[in-house]
Amino acid sequence: MRDVAVIGIGETRIGELWDKSLRELGIEAGLKALQDAGVSGDEVDMLYVGNMSAGELINQEHIAPMIADYAGLDDIPAVRIESGGASGGMALAEGYMAVASGIDDIVVVGGAEKMTDVDDTVAKNILSSTADQEWEVVCGATFDSLHAMIARYHMNKYRTTKEQLAEVIVKNHSNASKNPNAQYPREIPKKLVVNAPMVSDPLGMFDCAPLSDGGAAVVLCAADLVDSYEGKPVKIAGVGHGADHIAVHDRREIGTMKATRIAAEKAYDNAGIKPENIDFAEVHDNYSISEIMAIEDLGFFDKGEGGPATEKGKTALNSEISVNTSGGLKAKGQPVGAVGINQAVEAVIQLRGGAGDRQVEDAQYGMTHNVGGTGASAVVHIFERWSE
Amino acid sequence: MRAKEKVGIKSYAGYVPRYRITPKEIGKVWGKDGETMGRGLRINSKSVPSPDEDVVTISTQAATWALERSKLDGEDIGAIYVGSESHPYAVKPTATIVGASIGATPLMTAADFEFACKAGTAGFQTCMGLVSSGMMKNGMAIGADTSQGAPGDALEYSAAAGGAAYIIGTDDLLAEINYTCSYTTDTPDFWRREGKKYPSHGGRFTGKPAYFKHITECTRNIMKESSTTPEDYDYAVFHQPNGKFPVKIAGKLGFEKEQIEPGLLVPRIGNTYSGAVPLGLASTLDQSDPGDRILVTAYGSGAGCDSFDITVTDSIEEIKNDDIPSIQEVISDEEFITYSIYAKYRNKIEGGR
Repeated sequence: MRDVAVIGIGETRIGELWDKSLRELGIEAGLKALQDAGVSGDEVDMLYVGNMSAGELINQEHIAPMIADYAGLDDIPAVRIESGGASGGMALAEGYMAVASGIDDIVVVGGAEKMTDVDDTVAKNILSSTADQEWEVVCGATFDSLHAMIARYHMNKYRTTKEQLAEVIVKNHSNASKNPNAQYPREIPKKLVVNAPMVSDPLGMFDCAPLSDGGAAVVLCAADLVDSYEGKPVKIAGVGHGADHIAVHDRREIGTMKATRIAAEKAYDNAGIKPENIDFAEVHDNYSISEIMAIEDLGFFDKGEGGPATEKGKTALNSEISVNTSGGLKAKGQPVGAVGINQAVEAVIQLRGGAGDRQVEDAQYGMTHNVGGTGASAVVHIFERWSE
Repeated sequence: MRAKEKVGIKSYAGYVPRYRITPKEIGKVWGKDGETMGRGLRINSKSVPSPDEDVVTISTQAATWALERSKLDGEDIGAIYVGSESHPYAVKPTATIVGASIGATPLMTAADFEFACKAGTAGFQTCMGLVSSGMMKNGMAIGADTSQGAPGDALEYSAAAGGAAYIIGTDDLLAEINYTCSYTTDTPDFWRREGKKYPSHGGRFTGKPAYFKHITECTRNIMKESSTTPEDYDYAVFHQPNGKFPVKIAGKLGFEKEQIEPGLLVPRIGNTYSGAVPLGLASTLDQSDPGDRILVTAYGSGAGCDSFDITVTDSIEEIKNDDIPSIQEVISDEEFITYSIYAKYRNKIEGGR
């Protein structure tokens, strides 16, 4: 196995991008990444695309060759990777393995999702399709209500409060206010979050990430070849996958996300570091409760301490650990199948020292954490600042 | 676009049904916080037509008052165009019934228009062409709707009823139309297929790429054509699907809140669709003085805008104390009803008679 570096990144603005189609989002992000890397199209060995539901959202399957084709890369093999909300992160892991194994030297990993061509109800149903259709959704559960159940359990067991959940959102909006690509680049008061209309008790409107359009891409390169390209490298120091039952009711314990714990353990082991070495993390905050659970399950705080730690500001920018410096899924946006790549883009920006007002000081290690469904799949990447 | 001859509004009047329902009352039925939704939409209540009211009766009432105010006879009206998306008949014009009711038939032309919420102002432009070309002396343009939102849909909180009628001519003008222009694209933000009872819409797509884009472009275009800026206008009327959009677009285009206040009826009566801009303009004319300049931009889904640059003449003083009720007087006659009465009035109870 050889070391792998990210040498190029690109992303579109995230939001309701009425005038951009899925292929345009993919191409824009991909070309930006290639340009940033200083790599030409004919040097690319393989393209992976993370995408969750183009078939349902825009009636288009087979999107990886389509994006490659319209980007003028029609002779490059391209494949789509799907693992619910973790599609982007899983695509990145596939790309990493292709380069680490020595099969490919240069791989582009993109993520793109176009969610606003269908109405909100349809999009929500599609999100719910990452839960167990036959045993959960058909019985009336939705993606929102399953997370609400998890939140209630966590609140009951660990005394996590609605106010603590709200602190996650306030922090992520504050970080997004410093990110020009964010869907909601503005600070919001805690009162607004706590008093928002209820979606599924205890989760209100602001506890839930939005539906978004967006694309992101990274260019991966074998570490021993980075000097041949202009792109400023960042090392991928560790990767870990985790899995769990697809249905919430089949899990032994729902106050913790087993898939996340397994993925994190593998990634730490892979990178040879511990949670305390991580300077910042992009975690999968599709709901406020998801971030609270993630920062516990990734080992940053003890179980049950996620809420109080957030309330005390320990996850704010440049505090104990900077969590979701980009604004996260909640405020940067949730183009669902692209999220894992958006997270990787943020990690690279931070470790290159180019994050401007949201820069994490002296960042050495950054983590990305991407979850599929209500936690049936998870993937964790550890990124490391490049040392010559 | 500018007519070769002087052209403008000779008379106008509006009618809004007296029944009202609040967003809170609607939300109660659907398990929603209607009060908060109403606050978000800036709608305190919406008008509801009684079982005997439809676009024909609303148009006829407005047309009768407009004619009375003008001192013209029915036979002086050479054309009647009724713009609506809730004509009672799919085939059989509303305009002929209105024409017969006000004594304008048979030596006249008549037709029904449809362009979502701007069908009424499309009638303005047609009449402007007919009178300024000398083909006839007076034309009548009406915008009226008894719009429907599917039970429980977001539209149900705003879809209301009302309309206004205008007599367009070249002499004895209450207000001169200096310029008009339109902006049209194929944008599917809101539609109703043939035979369907309720419309469909693209959710948030109805905002930025539809309402806001078209109004911005059309309004900027008429200000360019007429070499004006927002400061040149005393008042402005924008299409008002809710109370939030017109305030936002006015701010974006550089208009002050005070300029749109007289024509902003939606918080009290809801979205009257084809009736919205004609009623808003009527309410503004009611409160205007000679020399006042008014900018109007109607929006219709599908999508397009009609803008008008209007200057009020001295004759406006003559109608101030006439017997025709002002828009404020019309909408002050209100009676609040429950959702069950509303459901009966709007024919939402299956098997009801």
